[in-house]
Amino acid sequence: MLARPRSRGVSEATVKMCSLLRGEEMCLAQLFLQSGSAYDCISELGELGLVEFRDLNPNVNSFQRKHVNEIKKCEEMERILGYLLREIKKADISLPDRDVNPVTPLPKHVITIMEQLQRLEVELGEVTRNKEKLQKNLLELTEYTHMLRITRSFVQRSAEREHLEAQYEEFPFLEKDAMMDYSSMQRLGAKLGFISGLIQRVKIEAFERMLWRVCKGYTILSYAEVEEYLEDPDTGEPMQSVVFLISYWGDQIGQKVKKICDCYHCHLYPYPSSNEERNDVVEGLRTRIQDLHTVLHRTEDYLKQVLIKASESVYTWVIQVKKMKAIYYILNQCSFDVTNKCLIAEVWCPVNDIPTLRRALEEGSRKSGATVPSFVNRLPTTDTPPTLIRTNKFTSGFQNIVDAYGVGTYREVNPAPFTIITFPFLFAVMFGDLGHGAIMFLSAAWMVLYENNRKLKNTRNEIWNTFFEGRYIILMMGLFSIYTGLIYNDCFSKSLNIFGSGWSVRAMFENNVWDSVISGNGVLTLDPNITGVFKGPYPLGIDPIWNLASNRLTFLNSYKMKMSVILGIIHMSFGVVLSTFNHLHFRKKYNLYLVFLPELLFMLCLFGYLVFMILYKWLFFTVKDSRHAPSILIQFINMFLMQSDTMQPLYPGQAGLQVFLLVIALLSVPVLLLGKPVYLYWLQNGSHRLGMYRGYERVRRNSEEELYLMRAHDMEEGSSLSDFSTSGEHNTEEFNFADEFLHQAIHTIEYCLGCVSNTASYLRLWALSLAHAQLSEVLWAMVMRIGLRMDTSLGVLFLVPVFGLFAVLTVSILLVMEGLSAFLHALRLHWVEFQNKFYSGTGVKFCPFSFSLLPSSFEHDGLL
Amino acid sequence: MAEMGFAIAVSVMTLFWGIVGGVVPWFIPKGPNRGVIVTMLVLTAVCCYLFWLIAILAQLNPLFGPALSTDTIWYLWYHWP
Repeated sequence: MLARPRSRGVSEATVKMCSLLRGEEMCLAQLFLQSGSAYDCISELGELGLVEFRDLNPNVNSFQRKHVNEIKKCEEMERILGYLLREIKKADISLPDRDVNPVTPLPKHVITIMEQLQRLEVELGEVTRNKEKLQKNLLELTEYTHMLRITRSFVQRSAEREHLEAQYEEFPFLEKDAMMDYSSMQRLGAKLGFISGLIQRVKIEAFERMLWRVCKGYTILSYAEVEEYLEDPDTGEPMQSVVFLISYWGDQIGQKVKKICDCYHCHLYPYPSSNEERNDVVEGLRTRIQDLHTVLHRTEDYLKQVLIKASESVYTWVIQVKKMKAIYYILNQCSFDVTNKCLIAEVWCPVNDIPTLRRALEEGSRKSGATVPSFVNRLPTTDTPPTLIRTNKFTSGFQNIVDAYGVGTYREVNPAPFTIITFPFLFAVMFGDLGHGAIMFLSAAWMVLYENNRKLKNTRNEIWNTFFEGRYIILMMGLFSIYTGLIYNDCFSKSLNIFGSGWSVRAMFENNVWDSVISGNGVLTLDPNITGVFKGPYPLGIDPIWNLASNRLTFLNSYKMKMSVILGIIHMSFGVVLSTFNHLHFRKKYNLYLVFLPELLFMLCLFGYLVFMILYKWLFFTVKDSRHAPSILIQFINMFLMQSDTMQPLYPGQAGLQVFLLVIALLSVPVLLLGKPVYLYWLQNGSHRLGMYRGYERVRRNSEEELYLMRAHDMEEGSSLSDFSTSGEHNTEEFNFADEFLHQAIHTIEYCLGCVSNTASYLRLWALSLAHAQLSEVLWAMVMRIGLRMDTSLGVLFLVPVFGLFAVLTVSILLVMEGLSAFLHALRLHWVEFQNKFYSGTGVKFCPFSFSLLPSSFEHDGLL
Repeated sequence: MAEMGFAIAVSVMTLFWGIVGGVVPWFIPKGPNRGVIVTMLVLTAVCCYLFWLIAILAQLNPLFGPALSTDTIWYLWYHWP
């Protein structure tokens, strides 16, 4: 008993490590579901998110599948829910907390939900229509009121005009009488008619012109603008209206005017014939408007009540409908067995989860009260399973950036656990600044500490979501940037002097090299040849004196270029070494000798030797022989050209060693090119007879299933196809050899040329860190230093906006822009230079059937 | 004197990153994340130690010195030891 827990712990630990290093072992399983309990079993599986279903009816049209009616019902319910959500959003009602996880409703409960939803839809529709009618009514009454009020002012205006005795040529008999004086008109026998109403502001000029053209002066139009904006009942937008009054006489003119008014969509209202009538109408309107307002308020309140009540359960319904629809989709993918009583589903399942799968099926059967339980059966298969790599919230970010290049082939080595450290490290080499790294680290730490805050998690802003998902990556990048900033001795472009510089200016004076009176604006160089000037290397990073020197870049460039090359060659060699994991796992041991060894020898003999030369020159060439220190690059080139006599050797015996290394590297190329295809060819031809013997043994076995299982087992272990070849496949083997040879030739050329180009590609580590340092220095010199130079008291005030500008530019240019740039380049170095040494990335990702992973169309529309 | 300073720096850093990469992994408790944490520790130790080592080796035998302006020289003459 005591021993078992520990062993389980160890196996769990190895299982987890194996999972992140390599991916889980997957198997194909068949589920036999009783028709009564199929729904519940699939619901259980959806809650757990264990398996990925395969479509067993791929040739069936989606309209011919079995459960198409249920899916149509679900979509109808989703439509109603969408309408509800839109209304709720329009009314600005907030939805309650979204922590609930309701269970899938049984098919018999679906009807109740459907009824509820339909009732709600009808009710909402009615209330909304009523409200709209009321609002239209209200608008009409308001317009009428405005019209009456404004036309009254026409009356008053023309009453004043009487005194002015305006002459109208066409109507000389009108000058004395007010237009509104009906009695005098009646005396004349003319039938004066009035049409009054409202028209939109933009149309009034056209209207006037049309009236003039058609009626030729038999009408008089007067109009005035309404001050306030009225709401257009159709569109709900505020529009400006104009009240007009047309007086005309003659019936025919009247009809023409009416037609024109119709044409211009005027709202016409009856014109009161006398002042008393006008006052009565105004009073009546006022009371009616008040009543309407009350009714409208009550209607709006009622609508809000209905919506609030609906909003309490709308989220539950959304999830329930989503789950139901998903289950019916899955049921459509299953097929019936021969007896038509049992549903068969094929799933991809991790081998370690088969017990959990069994338990889930038992639970589902129990819930549905079935007498016969559903069970699972493991199937052997030759298909490649999808790749599952289990991650937690920390590793998922790094796994995502690896998967963005390509999901790993089934059971091949996953670069993600190494990327967790090497990616932030390479980023930091390009970003290296203590201050900027600290800011990046702090902002990522804030995001990590508040990661459970709902508002941060559920925003819709895409850019924020990207940064939030990568908060652990940014945290690591900031942390490593602090370290590399310390080593580069760069903090907002200034250096820290913690241990005391290794260079001494005093010694130059004491040894009488420099005069004690230094005049002029020149630049003097310290000479490390003189004793006491150079006291030893700075113990932590780059010496702070280099920040003050004018030939700083000469030194830093040489240092950073060599550093980039060293880091690059080590990173690539690590990648080559990782390929051994793949060779060993897939049981292709010949790859170790025929592919891995030549690759490693080629890289190390040439570029490893370059690293050795760099280190040798650093260690053994002092300033005393600086005059004749050889250039590493020229030496390296001469090695290839085999010209060693023109240059001073780096060390004794160099010529012989270089020739030896060059020969080994050159010999490894044909081994890499021809070794594997020739070996495989020899294996197939040589063991031809062996294969037949083995085939004879196998035929003697009794069940075909065992044969199947054995072959599947071999497949999983990764033995090559050549092991059970039979005579019938002789032709395909020939073809395989040409294929194999071509593949290997391409690989060899790619690898050998890639070694050179990829090594040079790592020089971007130098280039970006130089760019970052220079940008930082320019920002300091152009912004901050100017603010610090003013030494009056005004300078203190001036410093505040200067610092603000400095901070904004630092964050936007140096942190965001340079950060994104370094991120991208570090990513490229991983994807291309590191991963092409061992990673193929041609797999398919495992997408389990899980309710929590299903997207909701409402969230996408922003309704939830 | 210079060599002693160099020797101290090298031994301190080697010891520190050696502990981080070689000793601490043995104390990580057994759990599902043990493998990842050990990988992270070893890789961190290797990367950081290598980076520091390159920086110090590049400065061990400088072939030329810094070129300072006369103002800077005057300042350093008076303020630095």
